[in-house]
Amino acid sequence: MTVEECYAKMGGDYADVMSRLRTDERVKRFLLKVAEDASFNNLCENIAAHNIEEAFRAAHTLKGVCSNLSLIMLQESASAMTEMLRGKTEYSAEFEPYLDRVKEDYAVTVDCIKNLD
Amino acid sequence: MSNKSTKSKKTILIVDDSELNRSLLSDMLFDDFNIIEAEDGTEAVMILQERELEISLMLLDIVMPKMDGFEVLAMMNKKGWINTIPVIMISAETGSSYIDRAYDFGAVDYISRPFDERTVKHRVMSNFMLALKQKEMADMLSEQVYARERDSRLMVEILSHIVEFRNGESGLHILHVSTFTEMILKHLMLITDKYKLSQAEIKVIVNASALHDIGKMSVPEEILNKPGRLTQEEFEIMKRHAAEGAKMLADIPYRNNEMLIRIGEQICRWHHERWDGRGYPDGLKGDEIPIGAQVVALADVYDALTSKRVYKPSFTHEKAVEMIQNGECGTFNPLILQCLDEIKDDLKRELHVDSPMQNLERGVRDNVEDILKASGSDVSNRTVRLLEHERMKFSFFASLSREVMFEYVSSPEMILLTDYSSEYLELPEKILKPAESEFGSRVFNKKDFDQLLTRVKNSTPESPMVEGKYLLNIHGEQKWHKVVVRALWNNDGEHAEFEGALGKCIDISEEAEEIQQLEVLADKDQITNLLNARAAKTKISKRLATQGDKQYALVFFDLDNLKKANDKHGHLFGNELIKTVADRMLNNTRSTDICARFGGDEFVIFMQYKDRHQIDRIFRCLTKDLKGFPVSVSMGIALSDQCDGDYDKLLHMADQAAYAVKYGGKNSYKFFSELTGNGGGLLNN
Repeated sequence: MTVEECYAKMGGDYADVMSRLRTDERVKRFLLKVAEDASFNNLCENIAAHNIEEAFRAAHTLKGVCSNLSLIMLQESASAMTEMLRGKTEYSAEFEPYLDRVKEDYAVTVDCIKNLD
Repeated sequence: MSNKSTKSKKTILIVDDSELNRSLLSDMLFDDFNIIEAEDGTEAVMILQERELEISLMLLDIVMPKMDGFEVLAMMNKKGWINTIPVIMISAETGSSYIDRAYDFGAVDYISRPFDERTVKHRVMSNFMLALKQKEMADMLSEQVYARERDSRLMVEILSHIVEFRNGESGLHILHVSTFTEMILKHLMLITDKYKLSQAEIKVIVNASALHDIGKMSVPEEILNKPGRLTQEEFEIMKRHAAEGAKMLADIPYRNNEMLIRIGEQICRWHHERWDGRGYPDGLKGDEIPIGAQVVALADVYDALTSKRVYKPSFTHEKAVEMIQNGECGTFNPLILQCLDEIKDDLKRELHVDSPMQNLERGVRDNVEDILKASGSDVSNRTVRLLEHERMKFSFFASLSREVMFEYVSSPEMILLTDYSSEYLELPEKILKPAESEFGSRVFNKKDFDQLLTRVKNSTPESPMVEGKYLLNIHGEQKWHKVVVRALWNNDGEHAEFEGALGKCIDISEEAEEIQQLEVLADKDQITNLLNARAAKTKISKRLATQGDKQYALVFFDLDNLKKANDKHGHLFGNELIKTVADRMLNNTRSTDICARFGGDEFVIFMQYKDRHQIDRIFRCLTKDLKGFPVSVSMGIALSDQCDGDYDKLLHMADQAAYAVKYGGKNSYKFFSELTGNGGGLLNN
């Protein structure tokens, strides 16, 4: 799968990322780092442990990473998660559907990245 | 920015909790900058603490664990880093309140995610260039202010020295009056708020105090320097100097609004007024006299008392203070007398220790700081602080090292010496045309200096160090020095330009002497202080080679009963025996003779040969009893006319003769020439 095909499949904006980061090679290099980035795991763990302020930061970071790479689909779910968590200190069951969506989109995104040439 | 060598690259600190974001940014910037990364606020602060001066710009995320971006900014404000390190905020947060808050904290710009390579590069570069320009301007400003302030202080000093010179006063009078005035005024501000003087006004009074006697230019020299008492008429002329001085200042065109001039006028005119109203020229009383003039009056009296003048000897500090306090030298404001009493110990220290140079430097430094503070330029302040810090560090290390250190400036060509060096060499701190100066043609041998300079100029920016040993003339003594010089190359642009050099001279004469002594030690036998076999061979061979028609004798002997002495009385006694024999050898030969121990119990004496009695006498001295122990030697003698100048042959002959004695009954001596047939030898080698 080429980088462009990969972006199409995981709901990213290939044209946008190319306009900013300039080369396929660089985009690919940083895509591979998404799988290693700790913020997704931090988000899941901190919600499970009810550390909501930490969870907010993790969601925020994940959103930033996605926006840098124009991973629009995951960025939107991370952004929704971030806004849900903003200013909260207590756990709420309301968070779960948002987290589920992030998990879903993350799985798709990472799967696509693994299948890059 | 096309310069890509690591050396000239500036450093950027990237602070973001996401590793991916950090590498994305450094990927965009690493072509042009060195990158340091920090993964949260606390790490950023730690890095700033250690490497403040290295970092040219900072990219700072807002939302981070442990310490967020705003807290980092707050810390940078507290520490003053924000004034020198431009901060560009980065965040996915685009809410205007975030941006405003960051600007309020002193951030210079804002980049929002997602990053665009061109935007990031452009913003970083332009902010970096802006900060660079600002810093250059600030440096330039403070250097200029420094130079200007120094020059104007210098002008005041020159002017007042002219007056002093004419008055036949010591060169320190003006400086003492200034220092005294400053200390009294500062203390006065502490004990009363009656006189509201700002720091700036105090400074002006201190500067103006240097002018207090300029009116004396109008007093004829015969009166000024008259050794005896002045007549009433002469005194009247002398008294005019107060009003004359004020007039000189008042007459300076267009400047009558300058504070220095106004206060200078007051000080000139009224520094001979008295608190009780009995002074001159106007008979002002109490606080009618401006406070500056009051203090200068006291300072003037104090310094006059402690200095030698044509009409009086000098009094001690204690005596002078006592005389003033007792009202023997006029009446003064009680508050000022209280100041004098409270700071008299400090005064003594300041006035009798300070060198005029230090005083000038300190004054200039204080003023520069004040001026820059007044201009509100924090950056400049910091530059001055750093400059000052560097100066202090340098002069501290320079004073510790007790080494001659110098700076060579190529244009205008001169040598600058450190305080210590200039004192040590008794040369001025600034030496123009060094090659023709005392430094380049007396301390250094002229040829050496030229050669050293050529070597330095021929060095390269890559290897700028030059080192060599030179014989320097220190107070008329020739002493070996190691001279280390580092050339300074201006590295801007394509061609490196030679700007000068830093150097130091390390006295290695002691080291050289030590080495010489070690060489002597190596020649000596450790127990007896006699020469060892190797050294004896060298010296004797040398003498044989230049013997001419002199006749020498080589006397070789060994102790017959050393083993017995050791066995019977122990090793200590054996050692004593050896030492005693060595002493007897030295005592019974001349200092020009050569005495050696070949190890064990074998000894050699080499001396000019007179006759058989000479040998007989030495033999008898050597074989006297030691504490009842009979000393016995087997001795052989060979004469140099039989050896063709060959040391080994001569030694062999003496050895053979000694061998013959050993096996013919011991404790005797024999000449080689007396031997019949060829015998063996005692020497193994």
